[in-house]
Amino acid sequence: MATIAAAPPYTQTAAESSNTGLWSWLTTVDHKRIGVLYLVTSLIFFVIGGLEAFLIRAQLAVPNGQVLSADMYNQLFTMHGTTMVFLAIMPLSAAFFNFLIPLQIGARDVAFPRLNAFSYWIYLLGGIFITVPIFFAVAPDGGWFGYAPLSTKQYSPQINMDFWVLGLQILGISSLAAAFNFITTIINMRAPGMHLMRMPIFTWMSFVVQFLVALAFPVITVALVFLQFDRFFGTNFYAIGAGADPLLWQHLFWVFGHPEVYILILPAFGLVSEVLPTFSRKPLFGYPVMVYSGILIGFLGFGVWAHHMFSVGMGPIADAVFSLTTMLIAIPTGVKIFNWLATMWDGQLRFTVAMKFGVALVGMFTIGGISGVMHSSPPADLQQTDTYFIVAHFHYVLFGGSMFGLFAGLYYYFPKISGRFMSEKLGNWHFWLSLIGMNLTFFPMHFSGLLGMPRRTYQYDAGQGLDLFNMLSTIGTLVLMLGTLFGLINLWKSWKSGERASSNPWGAPTIEWAIPSPPPEHNFDELPKITSRYPLWDLKGTVIAKETTVAEEAGFVQRSAKQLGIPMPNPSIMPLITAAGVIFMFSGMLFTDSNIVLAIGIMITGALWWISALYNWLMTPLEDAH
Amino acid sequence: MAMETAQGAPAVAAHDDGHEHPGWSTYWKIAVILFVITGVEVSAFYIPAWETSWVYVPSMLFLSTIKFVLVVKYYMHLGYDHKLFRSLFVGPLIVAALTLVGLMFLFSKLSIRLGLLS
Amino acid sequence: MTATTLPAADHAADGHGHGGGHYTTLGLDNRKVAIWTFIGSECMLFASLISTYLIYKGRSIKGPFPHETWTEPSTGKVFPAILDIPVTSASTFVLLMSSFAMVLALAAVQNKNLPKNTMGEKILGSSKLWLWVTCLMGTMFLGFQAFEFTAFIREGLTIRTNLFGSSFFTLTGFHGAHVAVGVCWLFSLLAIDYKRGLQPSDAMNVDIAALYWHFVDVIWIVIFTLVYLIK
Repeated sequence: MATIAAAPPYTQTAAESSNTGLWSWLTTVDHKRIGVLYLVTSLIFFVIGGLEAFLIRAQLAVPNGQVLSADMYNQLFTMHGTTMVFLAIMPLSAAFFNFLIPLQIGARDVAFPRLNAFSYWIYLLGGIFITVPIFFAVAPDGGWFGYAPLSTKQYSPQINMDFWVLGLQILGISSLAAAFNFITTIINMRAPGMHLMRMPIFTWMSFVVQFLVALAFPVITVALVFLQFDRFFGTNFYAIGAGADPLLWQHLFWVFGHPEVYILILPAFGLVSEVLPTFSRKPLFGYPVMVYSGILIGFLGFGVWAHHMFSVGMGPIADAVFSLTTMLIAIPTGVKIFNWLATMWDGQLRFTVAMKFGVALVGMFTIGGISGVMHSSPPADLQQTDTYFIVAHFHYVLFGGSMFGLFAGLYYYFPKISGRFMSEKLGNWHFWLSLIGMNLTFFPMHFSGLLGMPRRTYQYDAGQGLDLFNMLSTIGTLVLMLGTLFGLINLWKSWKSGERASSNPWGAPTIEWAIPSPPPEHNFDELPKITSRYPLWDLKGTVIAKETTVAEEAGFVQRSAKQLGIPMPNPSIMPLITAAGVIFMFSGMLFTDSNIVLAIGIMITGALWWISALYNWLMTPLEDAH
Repeated sequence: MAMETAQGAPAVAAHDDGHEHPGWSTYWKIAVILFVITGVEVSAFYIPAWETSWVYVPSMLFLSTIKFVLVVKYYMHLGYDHKLFRSLFVGPLIVAALTLVGLMFLFSKLSIRLGLLS
Repeated sequence: MTATTLPAADHAADGHGHGGGHYTTLGLDNRKVAIWTFIGSECMLFASLISTYLIYKGRSIKGPFPHETWTEPSTGKVFPAILDIPVTSASTFVLLMSSFAMVLALAAVQNKNLPKNTMGEKILGSSKLWLWVTCLMGTMFLGFQAFEFTAFIREGLTIRTNLFGSSFFTLTGFHGAHVAVGVCWLFSLLAIDYKRGLQPSDAMNVDIAALYWHFVDVIWIVIFTLVYLIK
């Protein structure tokens, strides 16, 4: 034990030094490395989105704030929403999809490793594309929902919304490619004996999410194409003067937008469903019900979209139908809450930071869920629409739900990802400050919202009873930022010098904990044979779970894929080059108005670029012949 | 007949074609049916008695549904393949169809009187 | 050693043993699962496009219109109903028959190694022939579409003219783009066929291209009925 700091990580391969240069990261097709890339990138965007939120709160701290101009305020709330949804929470979930799904189903990689790398590079470059304009004060300013006709050329003549329209289309490519990849992986790459009803619940929730992505993103793509055509080619999709319906965008957007809500929350639900059983030393209560309710949430998620639009006057029948389906979808969600409570009931609870974040999700999401069910009643919703009450609601489900769940997953899986623990001490600071800061920020918004404070308005007058609630929210944001800072410091320090972790330090039940931490390149020396839902637990024994220690694994030498004769996919730069070509092609669109020749030139060059890269990619076999 | 492809192909991939595919005799019959149905559809467009009657829209939808099903079942060999592929296609198709119908109602293009696209 | 060990699967299940292909849970090819997933996703894409077309049907405040004549109030100029049913019927037949050629191309690749004795077997067994037929029919469909689009523009309907123009050109243009991608895909397969000959082991590559091609065909079946035949 004394020599831990000096000893090489016990997973070090015997013969070869691991290849970790920059080029290896640019060409990697290893799902674990891509997962790490997603993790780091999404956290950077999370910080950017958080700083945007801070500026918004600084402006709103006191009545008639003077920190920002109205225009800058519009850009900041638009980019805060867009960044958090598309560049922070979704990719942070994707980090776990990438890292965990192959490990949880007992596979050596995803079905299409290079496509996986392509998804990441599209995400990174698309994220840069949509984020950079804020530094030049030309960022999108029409809200994260980009309601047309407000976002058409007539009302948003500047270049700002062009970045948004093109950026979201680019990011859609990334999500769709990943969805096809993971659906194929989960269907077809499970280890022998890994029946669907034996799959870890995180993989199950991810499976549902990938279908939501595959079916919801085409709709936003079409809506964005219409908007793009309206803006660049003068079509009439959102031109009211030509007879267009102002509700078309809203319907198409929310047909996508509501499944998107479940795309954001279900991965966090999955992670918490892994954390709670491990630290309660009890199997997940009602596993089949958890699976079915996840599927039901996914399916019903396509039938509730118009509850975002009660205030536009759809008529009593549509209002009643969507009100009912919305109340209906609360049932499987509520089932999950009770199953988590039942999982913890009478368990041997261990409150690590991961567990604390997991329990906090159950509480915070319930608050957000209850305010959500309030919106399902059209008369109540009419009072709440476009007020801070809605802001409070979805921050409870997205911060208190999604982010807390993802943080729980981060603390829980960090030992597996890096081979080191995150610090519990710093983690406790992170957790408690986040919990207090979150409630201090968002709980007062319920009141300011019910008092009638509208969203997306950059100033408010004094004397309306809003001053105190806004000041509290701003103070809460500072606490929240401090908490997040602790989390980031923790991540950085633990990555460098955290305490070493063994293969199964938490005594967890699923097979990703049976292999070394961090896992070798090929994940499994031999594909495992799965005979139960919790292969590492002895549910009939007196001691259910056994935690491994670094000491008992000290002598272990992991053999490399080459030594074991396992062919691994070759690294390839083509995914990156193809992705860059796609971005280049899209960026040509930006010049359509100013210089049409240049625009067409860039688009044709970009198209030739990515098409030739794609042919090169497809004509190169994934692995050496064997 | 697809089983003969097993030589030289990866042994595992051959499981794919474990179900008997239809052959030439089926393919040309389907082609003829598709041809005829399309012929009927186009002629119906030019027969005023049919074109103006209330049965026109339902009959057109019905005929194109038959064509849709024939191509998917035989040419895309969904009727012969692993049932997984059926769910991968039919599931999204149902979601897509329901979304389309829902939007038609929301934009008053479809009323409760069934089958009447206004 | 790791403290927890899992039972290993038999070596045969470990895909990297002998015999080539990787282990898959259901014994299905990953590419085929992926293309079906992709096709499912495309259903939503075209459902959105078709919905928009139907929502905007009859809402254009000025012509030309698909099925009715329109007199421009200011000039008194008469625009006839713009959709050309005979031409589009012809292109529909071409696309349907290209699907027929495609299944024959796939069968020819799958049965490459079977002995071919009669003239009929030789013709049916020629993957090059049927790929060529499919490609040419696809190209012909695109030619019909180019003819249709330019004719419409000549007659005064562009993508900017009215709601019908916007939604019509976008819907059929999206479908045309899918056909174009399919034609490029099939020509690539044809190039491989000339370069080294498509073998039964390539059948899966042809199969997924065929599934895509047929899907583009069924989408046209829906579009032809909803856009062209139903007033």
